[in-house]
Amino acid sequence: MQAQPVSGTAPVLSLRGISKSFPGVRALGGVELDLYPGQVTALIGENGAGKSTIVKILTGIYQPDEGTITVDGRETRFSTAQAAGAAGVTAIHQETVLFDELTVAENIFIGHAPRTRIGLIDTRAMEREARRLLSSIGAALDPQSRLRDLGIASKHLVAIARALSIDARVVIMDEPTAALSHKEIHELYELVEKLKEQGKAILFISHKFDEIFRIADRWIVFRDGQFVGEGTMAEVTEGRLVQLMVGREVDQIYPKRPAQIGKPVLTVAGYSHPTEFDDIGFTLHEGEILGFYGLVGAGRSEVMQALFGITRPSKGACRINGTVRALRSTAEAVEAGIVYVPEDRGRQGAVKGLPIFQNVTLPSLAKTSRMGFLQLAEEFRLAREFTQRLDLRAASLDQDVGLLSGGNQQKVVIAKWLATQPRVIILDEPTKGIDIGSKAAVHDFMSELAGQGLAVIMVSSEIPEVLGMSDRVIVMREGRIVAEFAGAQMTPENLVRAAAGIEGEAA
Amino acid sequence: MSLLFKSREAILALAILVLLAVVAARFPAFVTPGNLANVLTDTSPLIILALGQMAVILTKCIDLSMAANLALCGMVAGLMNIAGVPLPLILLAVLVLGAALGAVNGALVWGLRIPSIVVTLGTMTIYRGVIFLLTDGKWINAHQMSAGFKAFPRTFLLGLPVMTWIMIAVVLAFWLLVSRTPLGRAFFAVGGNAHAAVYTGISVGRTQFAAFVLSGALSGFTGYLWVARYAVAYVDIAGGFELDVVAACVIGGIAIAGGAGSVAGAVMGALFLGIVKNALPVVGISPFWQMAISGSAILIAIAFNARGQGPKGRIILKSAEHRQVEAGA
Amino acid sequence: MTTPVAGRRVPDRLISPARRALFSWETLLFVIAVAVFLANTIASPYFLDPWNLSDASFNFTEKALIAFAMALLIIAGEIDLSVASIIALASTVMGAAMTAGFPTPVLVMLGIGTGLLCGAFNGLLVARFGLPSIVVTIGTMSLFRGISYIVLGDGAYTGYPDDFAFFGQGYVWWVITFELALFVVFAVVFGLLLHATSFGRTVYAIGNNATAARFSGIREGRVRFVLFLLTGVMSGIAAVCLTSRLGSTRPSIATGFELEVVTMVVLGGVSILGGSGSIPGVVIAALVMGLVTFGLGLLNVPGIVMSIIIGALLIGVIALPRLWSMVKR
Repeated sequence: MQAQPVSGTAPVLSLRGISKSFPGVRALGGVELDLYPGQVTALIGENGAGKSTIVKILTGIYQPDEGTITVDGRETRFSTAQAAGAAGVTAIHQETVLFDELTVAENIFIGHAPRTRIGLIDTRAMEREARRLLSSIGAALDPQSRLRDLGIASKHLVAIARALSIDARVVIMDEPTAALSHKEIHELYELVEKLKEQGKAILFISHKFDEIFRIADRWIVFRDGQFVGEGTMAEVTEGRLVQLMVGREVDQIYPKRPAQIGKPVLTVAGYSHPTEFDDIGFTLHEGEILGFYGLVGAGRSEVMQALFGITRPSKGACRINGTVRALRSTAEAVEAGIVYVPEDRGRQGAVKGLPIFQNVTLPSLAKTSRMGFLQLAEEFRLAREFTQRLDLRAASLDQDVGLLSGGNQQKVVIAKWLATQPRVIILDEPTKGIDIGSKAAVHDFMSELAGQGLAVIMVSSEIPEVLGMSDRVIVMREGRIVAEFAGAQMTPENLVRAAAGIEGEAA
Repeated sequence: MSLLFKSREAILALAILVLLAVVAARFPAFVTPGNLANVLTDTSPLIILALGQMAVILTKCIDLSMAANLALCGMVAGLMNIAGVPLPLILLAVLVLGAALGAVNGALVWGLRIPSIVVTLGTMTIYRGVIFLLTDGKWINAHQMSAGFKAFPRTFLLGLPVMTWIMIAVVLAFWLLVSRTPLGRAFFAVGGNAHAAVYTGISVGRTQFAAFVLSGALSGFTGYLWVARYAVAYVDIAGGFELDVVAACVIGGIAIAGGAGSVAGAVMGALFLGIVKNALPVVGISPFWQMAISGSAILIAIAFNARGQGPKGRIILKSAEHRQVEAGA
Repeated sequence: MTTPVAGRRVPDRLISPARRALFSWETLLFVIAVAVFLANTIASPYFLDPWNLSDASFNFTEKALIAFAMALLIIAGEIDLSVASIIALASTVMGAAMTAGFPTPVLVMLGIGTGLLCGAFNGLLVARFGLPSIVVTIGTMSLFRGISYIVLGDGAYTGYPDDFAFFGQGYVWWVITFELALFVVFAVVFGLLLHATSFGRTVYAIGNNATAARFSGIREGRVRFVLFLLTGVMSGIAAVCLTSRLGSTRPSIATGFELEVVTMVVLGGVSILGGSGSIPGVVIAALVMGLVTFGLGLLNVPGIVMSIIIGALLIGVIALPRLWSMVKR
């Protein structure tokens, strides 16, 4: 599909044919994007659709493999983050990229603060200018207050003020309302209107349809790294957008083999945490794949990490195979038969610096060692068995796990846990950012595990994956369970509605 | 009121006042202006060096070579004095030499990305060894130093010795640097969020280099002050002082992880240690208690600093976020 | 029962461990050791005398005992700068017990026990309370030695029983001193612990990625605590040896040891940032440092100049590989 020009105005920023690949993954394939001054363009797509990649290309962090970037009709390159900034592109992320120990005014002006004649920072002029910028966006913030004393909504405002201070022409907002209260969200809407009046082009990335329909003028949908459509908000319905987002037939890549669902293996009741989740309760059975869907930041990973002993719930209990247990450490969770494959593969999953086989045997050292002494032959045997089952692609088992592709690192992490013969395996976004081939392997494997009587919890933000693999789906929003769907009720519309909190009938 | 207790500096100031009160109870003469001025003068080298270390620690590094730098420059000052070099030139020379020695540290950290603890561990022993090479282990004694050389730091000006005025000037200049210049703000930015600093055009390595040059220059200059005031120069002067300097910073609330801390905190951390050192003989506690007391003070300060840093879990429940915003406002 | 997915067979190893060992830091260090050995042989006729070599082993044995434990700690991503002060405190405890008339076996137990307690204290603060080890051990460094100063002041404990002298001055067989024997025994013990046990594997895991280690079911807090116990105990053992060798206890005993121990560890190829290193490397580094100090001693080079060479060696050995890879690019 070709991008249609808006009548009259020319786009400030145009992307054509942008492609970007990483080892084993094609993150973007020939996408296009146009941003018009004074207009809000919503970028819609699931996790892994390529939204964060395109943001990184626009802010100069990644370089596209192919394609052109045009600013005001002239072709340019954003070779560094600074170059992107100089061209007038700024981004406001979910987590602010600013300095907690500096004041609001300093954060706005760091790198380009006004100076007095003797070269010192002209604090008074800086604060005056900061005040002006902040009031132009309706932010009642004290320029002298320290950033660390502010809430996330205020930090966003500072980031926007900074964008204005460098005279940004394109403002990218990446899930900006993720941590805002209702009042703050409305204030953000007003802010967006002001930015539009000032002629800024805004790229608004969000999963929340109510927001998109409220403030966006145009929409663009990405799916699996491809551009699938765009148009004006006036001419589109939510149903059409969801259809474009999700697209393909659900049963194709997700071969769910029917499994015998057995007795309950894990029961959770009243699990609560002071800041992360509240009143979580569910039951998991042998042979079952339980999907957990929700928007990013809904609290699913936090619940799973509490189950795994990383964090402690303040209330509630869990029962594993009939015994009530308090899981105070990961070691205890593993002993109880619960294992967790984390979402953040790099930081929490694989130990880079250690070879593959050592990663695989790490939780099982008691089994492979004799009286505390390592038995390398045993370790290699264990590593061989489980990496082979997962079809690992690597030069040797002695290779540093950090050298593997994302998909293969994931296989090592899964292999590591399978080697402990668990009863419950929790997979947190297991196929995020990995290639189709490895994806299919992981899914196939999950089915096999369920078939062997393991209980599987799958946290996922990809609707086809959740619908294709799960026997049941639990939806979480803002730290609470808001819905549970099974059988015919498991539709994309139901999931998206429940996750985003849209009122209305189930399809 | 709770806001007052949140400020590390306020708590430290309170601790100093309590300390003075306790000492005054036993020995009222300690808190006379005259005596307090003496304590201030005596603590001046520690304060100056603590500021230099603060700059380095802000950028997520550490400088263990400061005392060796001080000793080497002090010895060079002494040697120049014996050779008849005029004082202003000596002052300039120690400043430049100290900065150069600091630049060596900075270059290895910036250019080769060698961790600063390893670099300064090495330069620490090298610089001290060089003192020996220069003098063959011989001392420079008071009678070998010119009168002007020795008298300068002790000359009274408006009620305080020159050394104290120099310290005050350094504190003010440093405060200006750290709060009003791009470089000073860059110290905080680099230590607080090196990732973001790059996007705002700040070079992490160059900022760290600047911090080392600064700490080196301050160490060098203080070398002259030390040698002139104590009227002696030899290989082992200020032995182990680098750890007192780090202690002063830690007590003063400078986060060892970088990116946070205040000039007031560093100064008060140094003052705390200085008061303890001077108060002990006066209160009747043997000076041999000094080390254990400053060690305990460091541990207490660390525990305190850590508490201030709260848990970093995500706030997902809206109810929880509102609670937090109200508490922090 | 489903058949396992027939995946491809990934070979266990491509590079044999022997070949990997050939191109390692340890090999480079070994070459340097041989070079120093040869240089010493040429430089002085007294070098190759077995008795001289044996006497000279004291240069490194005590520090090496601590360095073995320190290596594990640094690989795990922590550091303990209080080891020399633990020696001082342990020695003081032994001296006090000796003065009270306790026999040698009790003295040894007290010395090692003090080390254990100090290590436990450090371990508690770091592993249980999560405080950064560098500043905690700078604090305990002052605290432990400070306690020695409180007890002893500027005095000393002398008059250790004759049988106590065996540890530091006795010979086990021919020229092999007791300390040298301990060195060999603990080199083997720690080598096995780090390279052949699951405990050692967890040390590497924690040092490379403590978060992922925790997410893999490893009790990293417990491991860290044990590592601090180990440095404490080894410091206690070193205290017994050193006190026995010197025959006296002064609060200033072993001043500067901690930095020499860290130098030995880093020279041995252990990254100060954690995650990599080996005991054989530390063994060779200890020998190198011992050979260098002994050789220079034979040439009547003063101790402080030796430190210059050690400092330069530390920086040079780390800088050269980095310079090399930069030049290649």
